[in-house]
Amino acid sequence: MIAVLIFVISVVTLLQFFVSYSRSLIVESRRHTLSGDTLQICGMTAGKMAGDQFQRLVQLIALCPEPGAEGRRVQTVSVYFKLLGFARLILNWAIPSVARWIEAEREGCAYVAAVVLDRRIAYTRVMMAEQAGH
Amino acid sequence: MGPVDYSLLFLDLLVEFCAVVFLLKQRALSKYFTLVLYLCASIAVGLVRYSIIATAGFSSGMYLYFYYFSDVLLTICLYLVLMTLYSHVFSEIGASRMVHIGAMLLLAGTALISYYMVSVSGYRLVTKFVMELSQNLYFVGVVLTYLLWGAMMKLRENRTRLMQLVLSMGVYFSAFAGSYALGNMYPELSVWHYLCHVMVMWLPISWAYTFVKVAEDARTATARVVAPTTTP
Repeated sequence: MIAVLIFVISVVTLLQFFVSYSRSLIVESRRHTLSGDTLQICGMTAGKMAGDQFQRLVQLIALCPEPGAEGRRVQTVSVYFKLLGFARLILNWAIPSVARWIEAEREGCAYVAAVVLDRRIAYTRVMMAEQAGH
Repeated sequence: MGPVDYSLLFLDLLVEFCAVVFLLKQRALSKYFTLVLYLCASIAVGLVRYSIIATAGFSSGMYLYFYYFSDVLLTICLYLVLMTLYSHVFSEIGASRMVHIGAMLLLAGTALISYYMVSVSGYRLVTKFVMELSQNLYFVGVVLTYLLWGAMMKLRENRTRLMQLVLSMGVYFSAFAGSYALGNMYPELSVWHYLCHVMVMWLPISWAYTFVKVAEDARTATARVVAPTTTP
């Protein structure tokens, strides 16, 4: 009985902490201004990014060389994105009004991926410039 | 124990070692000593576990005893980390000393309650006590982290680094408390064995990320992390 209680409470707190942690990563990414090239790649219009772009951005990230521990951030946000997809599937049917909030969160995830892609594009450019210099 | 287990064990050690290097490079030793202490203790425990597996074997009683006792030791180290985080949050209102005393009392109380629960269960096995203690310690860790997070929201704590450290601790404690509880309910479930290795990597990776990518003076309003936002 105690084990069941601990399990249920732990799952609830795990979700709460994980969502807050992912949101802190998204908030932190918002400080970064995306370059023109990345905005074009992301198809960003009027400062808004579609949540559906996330998967495509993750695929593009995989094509660029990694400068540091950025990949871990994308992995964490990927889990959050999947969680949101699951929530959308369930809650759209039960509470349709929550769809707007979920979409805003998915946009946030896409923005994190865009920031990582932006940094990787900049890193690749520096690498190519260095190679051209030799 | 197959090659996957050995690879995961090695990967755990590698990730922890890299995290220590990152933390030392970011000069976190003086301000966050207990974080480095926990990572070093975890590396030492990992090395001893590996040597026991190599000499006595994975299914030996020696490994079983050491596994659970070292787990309790690491959980106590995590309590020290949590106390450090409490001290940072409550330093401005001068309640750090009270927090230390309270946490020590809670730790002793959890150990006593766990011992009582095992002693009344009929079979006085030390390993059973340690398993029960681990589950309870992780759960108390969840409660303490939740209280700390609540206090941070109430005090409008806005240090991003501190916020991410507390949240990553919450994820870790919740995941382990849940997995221990599930292990108690379904002891034959083997998937959790692999998942534990992955969960062990969570803290060093998240800490390394926080210290490398988040500046000491970075600020984020707790309301933005908790409440939904609609503007980009």
